[in-house]
Amino acid sequence: MKPIAATNDFVVKFANVNGSGSASANGLFAKVILRMGVPVAARNIFPSNIQGLPTWYEVRVSEEGWLGRRGGVDLMVAMNPQTWDADVKELGAGGYLLYDSSKPLPASKFRDDITVIGAPLTELIAAEFANPRERQLFKNICYVGVLAHLLGFETDVVKQLLTEEFKGKDRLIAPNFRAFDLGRAYAEANLPPIGLKLQRADKVGDRIFAEGNDAAALGAVYGGATFCAWYPITPSTSLAESFQKYCGVLRKDTDGKNKFAIVQAEDEIASIGMVMGAGWAGSRAFTCTSGPGISLMNEFVGFSYYAEIPAVIFDVQRGGPSTGMPTRTQQSDLLLAAYASHGDTKHPLLFPGNPTEAFEFAAQAFDIADFFQTTVFVMLELDIGMQEWLTEPFKWDASRKLNRGKVLTYEQLEAGVPFGRYRDVDGDAVPYRTYPGTHPTKGSYFTRGSSHDKDARYSERGEDYTEGMERLLRKWQTMKAHVPAPIVKKAKKRTPDGVIYFGSTDPAMEEALHTLEKNGVHLDALRVRAFPFSDEVFEFIRDHEQVFVVEQNRDAQLKALLVNEGGVHPARLVSILHYDGTPITARFIAKAITEKLQAGHAAALPEKAK
Amino acid sequence: MTYIAKPPLHHPSLEKNALGFTRRDYEGRISTLCAGCGHDSISAAIIQACFEIDLAPHRLAKFSGIGCSSKTPDYFVSPAHGFNAVHGRMPSVLTGANIASKDLIYLGVSGDGDSASIGLGQFAHAVRRGVNMTYIVENNGVYGLTKGQFSATSDKGSKAKKGAENKDSPIDLVMLALQLGATYVGRSFSGDKTQLVPLIKGALHHKGAAIIDVLSPCVAFNNHVGSTKSFDYVREHNEAVNRLDVISPRAPIRAEYAPGELKEVVQHDGSTLRLRKIEEEYDPSDRNAALGYLARKATEGEIVTGLLYVDPAAHDLHDSLNTVDTPLNKLRDVDLIPPVSALEKINSGLR
Repeated sequence: MKPIAATNDFVVKFANVNGSGSASANGLFAKVILRMGVPVAARNIFPSNIQGLPTWYEVRVSEEGWLGRRGGVDLMVAMNPQTWDADVKELGAGGYLLYDSSKPLPASKFRDDITVIGAPLTELIAAEFANPRERQLFKNICYVGVLAHLLGFETDVVKQLLTEEFKGKDRLIAPNFRAFDLGRAYAEANLPPIGLKLQRADKVGDRIFAEGNDAAALGAVYGGATFCAWYPITPSTSLAESFQKYCGVLRKDTDGKNKFAIVQAEDEIASIGMVMGAGWAGSRAFTCTSGPGISLMNEFVGFSYYAEIPAVIFDVQRGGPSTGMPTRTQQSDLLLAAYASHGDTKHPLLFPGNPTEAFEFAAQAFDIADFFQTTVFVMLELDIGMQEWLTEPFKWDASRKLNRGKVLTYEQLEAGVPFGRYRDVDGDAVPYRTYPGTHPTKGSYFTRGSSHDKDARYSERGEDYTEGMERLLRKWQTMKAHVPAPIVKKAKKRTPDGVIYFGSTDPAMEEALHTLEKNGVHLDALRVRAFPFSDEVFEFIRDHEQVFVVEQNRDAQLKALLVNEGGVHPARLVSILHYDGTPITARFIAKAITEKLQAGHAAALPEKAK
Repeated sequence: MTYIAKPPLHHPSLEKNALGFTRRDYEGRISTLCAGCGHDSISAAIIQACFEIDLAPHRLAKFSGIGCSSKTPDYFVSPAHGFNAVHGRMPSVLTGANIASKDLIYLGVSGDGDSASIGLGQFAHAVRRGVNMTYIVENNGVYGLTKGQFSATSDKGSKAKKGAENKDSPIDLVMLALQLGATYVGRSFSGDKTQLVPLIKGALHHKGAAIIDVLSPCVAFNNHVGSTKSFDYVREHNEAVNRLDVISPRAPIRAEYAPGELKEVVQHDGSTLRLRKIEEEYDPSDRNAALGYLARKATEGEIVTGLLYVDPAAHDLHDSLNTVDTPLNKLRDVDLIPPVSALEKINSGLR
């Protein structure tokens, strides 16, 4: 078997034990490549555990800029004896295996069709460092040194990054350099060159390497959020932590007091309850959670819909149902969020496709929530939230104002502007509200989840009830034009086939479309970015004979929403579903679409259905 | 309930408070509760308390959960915004509103089902956090709105209207509040307005979590012989440990009593709690002693009422959160949106 030869286009996977300090070494590896101007897509694959279980870090190097998970591994850095056999097996034919050769392994542990590279990492480090924890940590930096030589990293870039990383803890810089040099020098003296190479390029531009949860938290700060109530749950916890981090820097008064509040609540129900109270009183408030938390929050979400109270919920989706796969990614909360709570309800959902959009949609979510006085879900996914993505830098227009929506002030009430809490004054079905304590005699009302008339008085009259429910439906229609519009990419050739997708599928889809096009398969593509769907989404479906709907869940939840909300015939939407908890790949999408197309066109189906 | 609304016009001779409001300005809609319901007496006591402490009615924010008790915020202080939350979750909603708008006075009204069963967790955590609020539990030991099931505050051995006996141990919200760090704890009886009104006034003046457990007999489902939450039973077993007068910050304090007979406690906002002892050994500044006293009396079947504990120097949630003086809901864009330069700096840190 011929060893793989590739420059700036390969996949490296690190197999580690969690809690061993490998994350910072692996992160360093990815950042060196970025600094050398070559795009990377990096993903942590980690267990729901703190220490001792297997964890992997996968780095896709792609000068062409493909940021989805590719699938397959060209170079395995096998540092975990627990997963050795599976890791060796996963490596593609012609691939490379780097391992710690301090202890000899029998030949049966290897394969004939791969190149095995041994480096005595434990020995090298043990000779230099005495402290057991240091030995463990520096072994990681040592393998980065080996890889740096094999792949052709610029040593200056590595050392620059280490210096930045340990700024303020300067005494750690020298031993890290030392550990790195040990690995690099060993490789230089003992290891033959390999076929994978990194070459400086200029394909990164001004892009940043950011996590979606961190980006969303920053978006909440710029979006004017003053209150976060939350309950720890993977994979959303880092969002609250980032909000704390950014507020600590960006939201301090001159006397050190906080222009924000964060409460770790007793559970998810209390979290959303606090958000309701704060939103009702006129503060921008949010909670961040994952599927199980949304299940618990349902009652309040319905309250928010019916009593019309602004709230923002970040749902960082993980594998469900039940406890499911807390550290694996899915897009499986769509139906849960869209129709959360009993009775007739529906709620706006925003689907960011990368961390940059996570930042933008987070800020925008507060404007939408305030204006429409309802709960807005920002549907993140573990793959966006907890992974670093190469993404466009965050941008903010200095002239942008927060849209607080229709709130009557003291002056307006004093001037005699009439107030009825649930009256449709402007014809857009969005009522006016007042904050508590505004005026001594005007503008007070009683908020309740029980049926009420348009002046917020308790009423069990059928007419009052239906009038309110119909206005809520009209409000929903108004909302369509105010949520992020879909993005359409036309194929180079006219085609009867389309594809609809959303969220973290974006980079894999982009690559899949490119692959399919090379194979002569042309598809128009539409990325849905919000629910309610704008008319453009249904026009797209109407204009194509067959539309693939690509989702990362088992039950085709986006398709269900499209069918339910747009009256689309189910047969016109052909599902491509990926839901094993790993991020979807371009290879999977291209293969699935090719197979479906070969199996015959679905265009005749609607006619049959008639 | 009555269907007859009082005329909106006020008699010119109606007594006015320092802000020029009459007692009528603190009223609400007509109650829909049963005639003779203890809860209506509590609403009247709230109205009286707000009037007497010269609270501008719109500076109050009213919260409740679900149940008979939770309907009542509609029946007092109409110029105040009200929030009737979902069952058992009033404390979290009140907490959130309080965090957003620290410049209002917060009043939560709940029942024994709402606070001791479905909402026990939220009750506990709001108390723990020291949310600056007055939290009144209208405690009748029964689910009235669903027609007479036992609640978690029903005493062991208490009989339901149809004779069933409660086998479960009761939850005592006063003892719980003390254990959880409430800084103002009282118990009273809906039939004793002279005791209840000052307790509410002191609570509204208090900075921190103020809990008042008010025994409020349910005339429809829990006022029979064999019930330990009936009017007769509570009257017979009511043991007041002290009598409270509350003097608002602006009012002059006149010494009317002989020294030694009175204990005066000055609260954070300058209000004075003037306590006249009834039970000689009772000290409302000693949390542990209060717990012991209450536990002893409970085993004797006595219901201890009065101001049971107060810490006038208490801190509240906003102190813990170190929030700015301006209420969060009044911060402007310029206070909230960081400069673009800060974003650029963050971007460059991510390259």
